[in-house]
Amino acid sequence: MLQALFGLFDGIFNGISIGAVLLIAALGLAIIFGLMGVINLAHGELMMLGAYTTYVVQLAFRPLGEPLFSLYIFVAVVAAFIVAALVGLALERGVIRYLYGRPLETLLATWGVSLILRQFVRSVSGAMAISIAVFCLLFFGALWVLRKRSDWASMQKKAIAILLPLSLAIAGGSGFLLNQVPILARLWFSTRNVDVTAPAWLRGGIPFGISQLPYTRLFIIALTVLCLIGIYWFLNRSVWGLRIRSVTQNRDMSACLGIPTAQVDALTFALGSGLAGVAGCAVSLLGSVGPNLGTNYIVDSFMVVVVGGVGKLVGSIVAALVIGTLNYLIGSGTIAIILGGSGVEFLQPLVGFFTFFATASMAKVMVFVLIIAFLQVRPAGLFPQKGRSVEA
Amino acid sequence: MTQTMPTTPSDRPTAEVMLKVSGLNFYYGESHILRDVDLTVPRGEMVCLIGRNGVGKTTLLKNIVGLLKPRQGSIQFDGHPILNLSPDRRARHGIAYVPQGREIIPRLTVKENLLLGLEANPNKPKKRDTAIPDDIFELFPVLETMLTRMGGDLSGGQQQQLAIARALMGQPQLLVLDEPTEGIQPSIILDIEAAVKKIIRTTGVSVLLVEQHLHFVRQADRYYAMQKGGIVASGPTHELSNEVIQQFLAV
Repeated sequence: MLQALFGLFDGIFNGISIGAVLLIAALGLAIIFGLMGVINLAHGELMMLGAYTTYVVQLAFRPLGEPLFSLYIFVAVVAAFIVAALVGLALERGVIRYLYGRPLETLLATWGVSLILRQFVRSVSGAMAISIAVFCLLFFGALWVLRKRSDWASMQKKAIAILLPLSLAIAGGSGFLLNQVPILARLWFSTRNVDVTAPAWLRGGIPFGISQLPYTRLFIIALTVLCLIGIYWFLNRSVWGLRIRSVTQNRDMSACLGIPTAQVDALTFALGSGLAGVAGCAVSLLGSVGPNLGTNYIVDSFMVVVVGGVGKLVGSIVAALVIGTLNYLIGSGTIAIILGGSGVEFLQPLVGFFTFFATASMAKVMVFVLIIAFLQVRPAGLFPQKGRSVEA
Repeated sequence: MTQTMPTTPSDRPTAEVMLKVSGLNFYYGESHILRDVDLTVPRGEMVCLIGRNGVGKTTLLKNIVGLLKPRQGSIQFDGHPILNLSPDRRARHGIAYVPQGREIIPRLTVKENLLLGLEANPNKPKKRDTAIPDDIFELFPVLETMLTRMGGDLSGGQQQQLAIARALMGQPQLLVLDEPTEGIQPSIILDIEAAVKKIIRTTGVSVLLVEQHLHFVRQADRYYAMQKGGIVASGPTHELSNEVIQQFLAV
C-alpha cells in the first residue's frame, strides 16, 4: 500500500514536471493565440530551435572545462529565448502580419514555415548558413539603402523584382561554390537526433521513498515558475504590457490612442516565441533533440490553451498541470498498478481497462476523450471571461 | 507634482485652419458613402456635424482619425497632409478620438485606461504613477473615486466621461467627438456639455462634434449638415434655422 502511494506521488511529480514544460510552451501559445488570435503551427518548431540552441551552447562550453561547463544551462536558457524570439520576430514581420484577420491562411502559412524550419535543421551546413547570410545582406541591405530615396514608393515594386532574383542568384551561386569545400559542406546536425548532456549538478536527485526526485525535473519546475512570474510582471506592471493588453482587447481604439500597434504585435509575437524557445531548452534536458521534437508538443500545447480558456493565463497554468499529470499517470500505468495493488474487490475490473491505456499513445487518446467531454460541459474552458466586460 | 494642460491658444504655432478635409470620396465596396466632402475646422473653434442616421457622419470621422482610407481627396491637419499616416501616428500628431459607443478598454482599470491616453502625449511624463493631472478630476470628479474599477464595469455615462478624459490625457490639438450624449441620461448630458465647453475655454483645443442633441449643437461655433454622404448646408450655428433643424436632426 505504501509502495502504491509512493508510486502515485512519483507519478504526480513526473506528471507535473512534464506539465511544467507544457506550461512554458503553452504560455507562449496563450500569448500568441489567446492574446493575438493567431494560430501558429510553427510554435513547436520554435521549441525545437530552442532545444538545438541549447545543444549548440553546450558544445561551445565543452572546451572550457568543468567549473564553467556546468553553468552553460543558464546561458542556454537566455540564448534559446533570444534565438526563438528573433525567429518569431522574423516570422511575424515577414509572413504573419500580412495575414491578420485571416485565420485559415495563417494556419496554412505557419504550417509551411514549420516544415521549412524542420528541413532547415536537417540540411543546414556551413555553406548554407553563409549563403543565407549573403542573401539577407544583399537583399535587405539594398532595400535599406533604397528606402532612403524620396521616390521609394514609386519604384518599390520594380526594385524588389530586380533585387530578389539577383540576390538569390548570387547567394545560390556562392552556396554552390562553398559546398565544394568539405568543411563547409558538412551538415551541422543532420537528421539524427542529438543529445544534450545535463550539467553535473543536475544529475542525480533527492531520494524520496523508493524512488528519487531528479534535479533536472526540479530545475524545469523552477524555470517554469520563474517564467510565470516574469510574464505576469511584464504583462501587468510594465508599460509595454499595458499596451499589449490594450491592443489585445481593442485594436482600433488602441491605435486611435496613439499606441504603435505594429510594434506591439511584433513584440507580443517575439515574446511568445521566446517562451517556446525556453520550453525547448527545458525539453532538451529530458530527452534527445531531433527535428521532429516540436510536433510532439504542439497539439498538447493547443489543448492546454483551449481547456484553460482563451485569454486567461491562470487557466493555462491549471490546464497544463492537469493534462501533463493525467497523461503521465495513465500512460505510465501508475493508475493500473495502484488499482491492482489496492486489493479492493470491485475495482479489479478497472485494472484491465487502465492497463489497456497504459502506453504513451493510448494515454493521449484517453486524455483527448476526457477533454472533449469536458468541453461539452464548459465550452469556454476552465476560466471563461465573465461580467459586463465580455459583451463590451 | 501634478501636470497641468499647458496648451493655451497663444503659445501654439499658428496655422489658422486646424483641420481641412477636401474632396473626400469614400466607398464601402462599390457603395459610394462619402461624396466630395469639404469641411474645415478653424483653430480653437467647435464645429458640429449634423445629419440623420446613416448619412455618413461616423464614416467621415473614421476617415479623419485614420481607421478608414478614402478613395479620393485630401485631409490636412495643422497644415500637413495626413492621409498616409496610420491611426497611431495621427493620434501622436494631436488628433484625439472619442468614438461612438465610447470604446473603453473593458478589462483594464479606469486608471490604466487614463494612462493609455498618455500614449499620444508629446510631453509624456516619465513617472506614470503621478501622471494624471488634477484638471481631469476637476472636470470629471466621478472618475477619481473609480480608479481601480474595470473600465467595462462602468455605466454608460461614466464611460463617456472616461473616454473624454482619456482623450484629454494626450493633450490633443483636435478633439473628435462622435455622439457623446447618445444613450446617456439627461442630467449627465448637461455635465458632459459643460465639461466640453470648459475644456475648450481652458485648453483652446479645436473640436469636431457629431451630435443629435439640439442644446449641445447650439454650443458650437459652426455647423455642417450632411445628407446622403455629402455636405448640404453650413454656417454659424446662431443662424441655424428651425427649418434646417427639422430637416437634419432626428428630433
